Amino acid sequence: MANMSLTKNPMPEQDPVVRSGNFDEVALGYTPEMAVDEAKRCLNCKNMPCRSGCPVSVRIPEFIAKVAEGDFDTAYEIITSTNSLPAVCGRVCPQEKQCESKCVRGIKGESVGIGRLERFVADYHMAKENKEPVKVPESNGHKIAVIGSGPAGLTCAGDLRKLGYDVTIFEAFHKSGGVLVYGIPQFRLPKEIVAAEIENLKAMGVNIVNNAVIGKAETIDELFEDGYEAVFIGSGAGLPQFLHIPGENLLGVYSANELLTRTNLMKAYRDDYDTPIKRFHRVAVVGAGNVAMDAARVAKRLGAEHVYITYRRGRDELPARLEEVEHAEAEGIEFNLLNNPCAIIGDENGHVTGIELIRQELGEPDEKGRRKPVAVPGSNWVLDVDTVIIAIGTSPNPLIKSTTEGLATTRKGGIEADEKGQTSREGIFAGGDAVTGAATVILAMGAGKTGAKSIDEYIKSKNK
Amino acid sequence: MYKVVTKRFLNEAKTICLFEIEAPLVAKHAQAGQFVIFRLDEQGERVPVSVAGWDREKGTVTVMVQAAGRTTRMLHTVEQGDYITDFVGPLGKATEIEGLKKVCVVGGGVGCAIAYPIAKVMHEAGVEVTFIGGFRSADIVILKEELAAVSDKLIMCTDDGTYGEKGFTTQYLKQEIDANIAGGKPQFDRVIAIGPDIMMKFLADVTRPYGIKTIISLDPIMVDGTGMCGGCRVIVGGETKFACVDGPDFDAHEVDFDSLLKRAAFYKDEQDEAAKHICRMTGGKRNG
Repeated sequence: MANMSLTKNPMPEQDPVVRSGNFDEVALGYTPEMAVDEAKRCLNCKNMPCRSGCPVSVRIPEFIAKVAEGDFDTAYEIITSTNSLPAVCGRVCPQEKQCESKCVRGIKGESVGIGRLERFVADYHMAKENKEPVKVPESNGHKIAVIGSGPAGLTCAGDLRKLGYDVTIFEAFHKSGGVLVYGIPQFRLPKEIVAAEIENLKAMGVNIVNNAVIGKAETIDELFEDGYEAVFIGSGAGLPQFLHIPGENLLGVYSANELLTRTNLMKAYRDDYDTPIKRFHRVAVVGAGNVAMDAARVAKRLGAEHVYITYRRGRDELPARLEEVEHAEAEGIEFNLLNNPCAIIGDENGHVTGIELIRQELGEPDEKGRRKPVAVPGSNWVLDVDTVIIAIGTSPNPLIKSTTEGLATTRKGGIEADEKGQTSREGIFAGGDAVTGAATVILAMGAGKTGAKSIDEYIKSKNK
Repeated sequence: MYKVVTKRFLNEAKTICLFEIEAPLVAKHAQAGQFVIFRLDEQGERVPVSVAGWDREKGTVTVMVQAAGRTTRMLHTVEQGDYITDFVGPLGKATEIEGLKKVCVVGGGVGCAIAYPIAKVMHEAGVEVTFIGGFRSADIVILKEELAAVSDKLIMCTDDGTYGEKGFTTQYLKQEIDANIAGGKPQFDRVIAIGPDIMMKFLADVTRPYGIKTIISLDPIMVDGTGMCGGCRVIVGGETKFACVDGPDFDAHEVDFDSLLKRAAFYKDEQDEAAKHICRMTGGKRNG
């Protein structure tokens, strides 16, 4: 008998006051009992609307049926048949906009907690001792290069390896995982989880070369000379955008990327790591997307007494996931809505002392239907802060496009690729933020999957 | 892991040390003016350092590092045959030398280590090179023979006169420019200056009235070195540039030195504090 409760089993969480002082994971995960109970809310719809909402086509009702039976191992096999990074997706996918938005249970009440169940199954498998060894698919003798070890690259590499390709990932950083390790904070996605997923791929035979900046150390054309038959570019959108307002180069102005990289990748929050971070007390974060929420919550955990999100629109327009906004609010992040920065103010030594804001009113909806903010003349005021974090977005890194002849790019600096990931050059495919500009982990994974399929078709057609 | 093939102190005071590192992927395309980022071990910071040389066949890259903060002091305790955890590059743009005929290269202290490969590639390309190397005193002078071998004229000077001429690079640069004027026009078609920020600021002041294009190499605070953190922002010609990808070379007459000097000192307190806590038992090595 299905569980007809209108609400999801709530996710156990660390207390907000406690967690705002540590970097441990906020969401603690379901117990097996909760998972089984939640799984029983699934109606196992024949036409599987949820699955159509998943960029990597996880066989959702099938795995949930196994969870309901308590057969977590089979559930894991079903998920991983299409998704190489379930523990990551279960944590950071915006399920409310994807699978869960299509769930029939969501019409009256809350949808099934698909993300929470996916996370439970992945964590259950990860914690299990005496796991079956990972199957190493036999090599088909074709070498493929993947650039970047973020969600797009890892997914593409995993799928290609499953098809028998000899895959090498080239990663610029010393650690693999891309945005999963430098961008998303420990308390939302523990780095041990990312490392374990990557170890799985390595065990499957995926080769990863770290400290390899393609475009500088080697060009894509040299990869072809080295015998790679196709290349997938998943180099992400790492270039931080700034506001171009006065005072942006004062001391104490960071890009969100810098704050997050220092903290997440370089572990500046830990005493046993050498990378420094400034002690700050009052922090303004400019922007209100998921990265802004991450930056604000990191700043709070690093000891800031006040952290303000400044955003030119209102609460209904916040671009971040509702869950992230609620987590931030619970942790004491203060929201300075309908305020747009016009200058950053500093003292005679060049240190930030404040940010000048101008109040906004919401006008008519724009072409996207979002109400446009309009400045209220003469409403300028100064918020006293010692640190400003700019989190207004990132653009694709130009290192590859500037060193690869004949690779067409979009006006916004992304690599041009069609719906199959094919770029303007034969044998070169691309996907994820490198193509679209900053988006989500799961969309990048979807693009990695598409890229793998297209590369497989390309190699097969070439070797007919 | 990257093997230290050679380690050798370059001066009597042992303030600057040469490391030849096995890193074939970096050696393949490294060029004068570019830099690498190294990390000593798992807990280490990412530290940028200029490329001082390379051997493409052996697959090695040479860097010359001055012990300044915690990490560089710890690096000095690494021995030949040891390994460091990370060594990535080449990063940044190479120094432009195309079309140059007569160049004055100025190095200040450890800046000579960065200026040396630039002088060398120009010398090999047939450019007439005058090299001015400045140091505080005789005990920290580096690369005496190497610099002599790659320059048509070499002037070494020390602040206290204990080696070479007595005085500062600024005065010898002015002297050389004045000695090389024909038909009212300076004969140097470029000055390349590398050293402490404050020295480069004063060198820029020397060349400005002559209208000689002056290139300096900057090493601001950075994390990734590939354009991602934006920590290395410098203001050049009124625009914000990232030293790691747009540089490290910039036109000295366009650089906002005031902002550069302030930004470079941002982590000074943290660095001074960290440098106090290097273990005396192991000389700072964490992994034995």
